[in-house]
Amino acid sequence: MSTQQASFVRGSMIEASPAPALQSGAVSWLRKNLFATPKDTALTIVSLLLLAWLVPPAIQWLFIDAAWTGGGRGVCATLSQGGSQPEGWSGACWAFVNAKFDQFVFGRYPIEERWRPALVGILFVLFLVPMLIPRIPYKGLNAILLFAALPIIATILLPGGWFGLTYVETALWGGLMVTLALSFVGIAVSLPLGILLALGRRSDMPVIKMLCTVFIEIVRGVPLITVLFMASVMLPLFLPQGVTFDKFLRALIGVSLFASAYMAEVVRGGLQAIPKGQYEGADSLGLSYWQKMNLIVLPQALKLVIPGIVNTFIGLFKDTSLVSIIGMFDLLGIVRFNFTDANWASSVTPISGLIFAGFVFWLFCFGMSRYSGFMERQLDKSQR
Amino acid sequence: MAIGVTNAPERSKSSGSIINDPQARGIFYQAVTVILLAVLIYWIADNTIENLKRANIASGYGFLNSRAGFDVGQSLISFTSDSTYGRALVVGFVNTLLVAVTGIITATVIGFIVGIGRLSHNWIIAKLSLAYVEVFRNIPPLLVIFFWYSGVLAILPQAREALALPFNMYVSNRGLAFPRPIPGEGSLYTLLALLIAVAATFFVARYARQKQMATGQRFPVLWTALGLIIGLPLLTFLATGAPLTFDVPVAGKFNLTGGSVVGPEFMSLFLALSFYTAAFIAEIVRAGIRGVSKGQSEAAHALGIRPRLTTRLVIVPQAMRIIIPPLTSQYLNLTKNSSLAVAVGYADLVAVGGTILNQTGQSIEVVSIWIIVYLSLSLATSLFMNWYNARMALVER
Repeated sequence: MSTQQASFVRGSMIEASPAPALQSGAVSWLRKNLFATPKDTALTIVSLLLLAWLVPPAIQWLFIDAAWTGGGRGVCATLSQGGSQPEGWSGACWAFVNAKFDQFVFGRYPIEERWRPALVGILFVLFLVPMLIPRIPYKGLNAILLFAALPIIATILLPGGWFGLTYVETALWGGLMVTLALSFVGIAVSLPLGILLALGRRSDMPVIKMLCTVFIEIVRGVPLITVLFMASVMLPLFLPQGVTFDKFLRALIGVSLFASAYMAEVVRGGLQAIPKGQYEGADSLGLSYWQKMNLIVLPQALKLVIPGIVNTFIGLFKDTSLVSIIGMFDLLGIVRFNFTDANWASSVTPISGLIFAGFVFWLFCFGMSRYSGFMERQLDKSQR
Repeated sequence: MAIGVTNAPERSKSSGSIINDPQARGIFYQAVTVILLAVLIYWIADNTIENLKRANIASGYGFLNSRAGFDVGQSLISFTSDSTYGRALVVGFVNTLLVAVTGIITATVIGFIVGIGRLSHNWIIAKLSLAYVEVFRNIPPLLVIFFWYSGVLAILPQAREALALPFNMYVSNRGLAFPRPIPGEGSLYTLLALLIAVAATFFVARYARQKQMATGQRFPVLWTALGLIIGLPLLTFLATGAPLTFDVPVAGKFNLTGGSVVGPEFMSLFLALSFYTAAFIAEIVRAGIRGVSKGQSEAAHALGIRPRLTTRLVIVPQAMRIIIPPLTSQYLNLTKNSSLAVAVGYADLVAVGGTILNQTGQSIEVVSIWIIVYLSLSLATSLFMNWYNARMALVER
């Protein structure tokens, strides 16, 4: 090829001109995302109107008009209701939440002994946080601390009765502490039990298989309330006279068994997704059944079903609120219990307390689902 | 065994004791399990009989025929305190079905709207739907029920100052009062016309499918069906002289009189279950639509099918195949969650059963009735699901 000089060919590149104003920047974003078509425009306007109608009054009610401090129902009631607020006032009664906050966390646990659940709580956070951060080493030790040491410490500290600690009966426990304790034990029991049930359901032994299937299907087929009723009404019937179970323990058994049936189905899904070759490969290496499951199948299967497992955890966490129906004071139960306090009775007290409880539940569940998403991405990376 | 035979199965039989034979081990483990279980059951039965004898409770279902002696707040079938326990349980079951069916319908509607909204190109709609899902999915349903019951409905004005809504409806802290339709003489014909219209629609749809298969021509099934189902009964209704009057609630001095009233218990349960389950249905719908690969809609466009038809004929049928199974289990969840009624005192199966249990102490019988009823609902649902899956599953080579 010969190089020819043609006068009509440019010698240098022209500078790139900026994109047209309608193709970039805020205007383009608005056009693309909010006003793409007439239908879109209509939808946008309707939703903006809806937001304008809902959000400012909500903020007004929740924050600006809210009663933040005060020592009694007076700050949350209007003059005609015997309070100090002007006529027609309505706002959140955060003073109620403020005054009852300790009770919402510890229930009716004796005030001078509250350092015990607080200490367990601090240890729980201390052991849990490094467990959740993938980069921190010594996961094995950490797991032992969290799942072996912590329950032992908690069983010594919370009820007491040993080492000079005064005994606090479980009827006095309550609030967030009970919710967290129930969920923690439920999670710690339901995962291994669920795995065992799932393995049993896929076992070659017909009797074991049938027993596991029947258990799983019955528990999954009935509402948790009936399981809790069963645990609280029928369990005492089944035991010899004189042997009584603590109410808290009964709820714990009910919740754990219920969650493990759901967990079993999640794990079974993972087990079914593992190709047959993996099982056969393990067999041909001469591994025993438990070696095969522990070393080859379960690590892969559980990794596959992490979202399902976390969803079951979230479900379990939400389900612990049901124990308030059988007369225990978890977070929701203790909040409702305090509605009856004549010192705080007003028309906005219940809704304020419920919004607070809902927010706490939401924080925990949302946190768990976010963490599961993060974990999934982490594992995805390691697989590539 | 002969020396020198290296046949593998032969050797595994001969080598060592029976302890290492997997089959023998299996039988041994199962035998141990059965024996342990039998001992446990015997122990439990023994204790139970002992405990029941001491508490003077006769076992058996005879109590179902004795007088209940309590009232239920809301019931679709007649019930007085003189009715039997058995009838009370039936009332509870009907109430469970009522809240489940109405809840399922509302949850499906909200869930589909929100789920499609999450896929919208419109930023605000997508974010609003996301916010809805994230809020309701992460709050216990029981808390939502209490939110409506003691947070919202309880602080509504009293019945004599009830808020008036359109169509002569009133809402107060005693619930929602609405006009009750009273069918007059001849309204049977309207019902008959509706049945005929439904049957006719069925045949029209079949004819349309055969015609399309044979000639490729499409028949406007939707419009015909709408015309038949709405038009025919309406015409009959007008022709027979509109035999329908309303019992309208009237605001009296102390209370509302007339009309039908839905109590706050039902309202709060219904609203909470609908909103809660809708969040899950929305996620299912979103996953279902996202699960249809993009190639499908692109292929439809390449064939020259218009966007609306693409949605209706290509995307929705394939998405429904993914959506239906988890949707059914959400319906089942809603039905089971309706047992939370006991918390606000709506007389569903569990609440009525709980009252009977407290009165008679027949805990085993009542719990067994609960288990049987809910289990049959679950089994019926999973049978339907299996049938549907078999019908809809991709026929692969």
